[in-house]
Amino acid sequence: MKQAAMFLLLLLLWVVLVWPFAVTGGRVHLAAMELVPGVIVALLVVLIMRHSIPEGFKVWINPVRLFWFVVYAGVFVFYVIKANFDVAYRIIHPAMPIHPGIVKVKTTLKTRAGIAMLSNAIALTPGTLTVHAEENGDLYVHWINVKATDVDGATGYIVRRFEWLIKRIME
Amino acid sequence: MNSVTGMIFIAVGLAFNVLGCIGMIRLPDIYNRLQASTKCVTMGTCMVMIGVMISSGFLHSAQLSARCIICMVFILITAPTAAHALAHGAYSFGVKLWEKSVVNRYEEDFPKKSTDQDHA
Repeated sequence: MKQAAMFLLLLLLWVVLVWPFAVTGGRVHLAAMELVPGVIVALLVVLIMRHSIPEGFKVWINPVRLFWFVVYAGVFVFYVIKANFDVAYRIIHPAMPIHPGIVKVKTTLKTRAGIAMLSNAIALTPGTLTVHAEENGDLYVHWINVKATDVDGATGYIVRRFEWLIKRIME
Repeated sequence: MNSVTGMIFIAVGLAFNVLGCIGMIRLPDIYNRLQASTKCVTMGTCMVMIGVMISSGFLHSAQLSARCIICMVFILITAPTAAHALAHGAYSFGVKLWEKSVVNRYEEDFPKKSTDQDHA
């Protein structure tokens, strides 16, 4: 079941990349020969990766989670833009106002996928970069402008923005 | 009109890419440099992709737009993952933080003698 889902996903990616459609006179033609290598490659990838497909992919087939994912995408884009102006300001300022350090934060997320998603979000948000993640939810985050050195304060600044959204998406 | 808007997006994206490169040179240690390169280059490249999509027309060339969107999704997933891997690898290898760094909780919890442990 999950192998079939992964196969279809890979084939869809192939179709989007190769785009075997040709429009002539208002009719759309499908160049079937261009799908053959895609089918072969997708089958090979599924065969090689069949033991490392994550279990929890079925949680995605759920409109509530997809709604929260759309909300998350909006919040994420906002923080990415904010992060860029923040870092750009620190780079071009002559005095370079940085106070870097590695702080420890705690998350209440339980699944590996959720912690990975949070780490990715932290890496693209203002001034933070995950250096190390523990299985139990402890994250060590490099912060370009440390505002709080204790665990609770840093968690409030770094983790709270995304944790509630990711919890609704992944858990 | 579309081509002008697209050019503006591409120019702003390139400006952010240049800022990321300046940050790589100006900032003091590998962790700060990774921050600059990850953030500025991710958004700069995404803006270049959006500019290409706008200047070529979204539906006029659906193939190009689809490829641009796939590129953006891959960059948004892989850039932070690669930055995390580089930072973790550098720390495991023993690269020190900048001497004016404020705090290092990681070293307090995992003292230097434990760097040979695998924290992957």
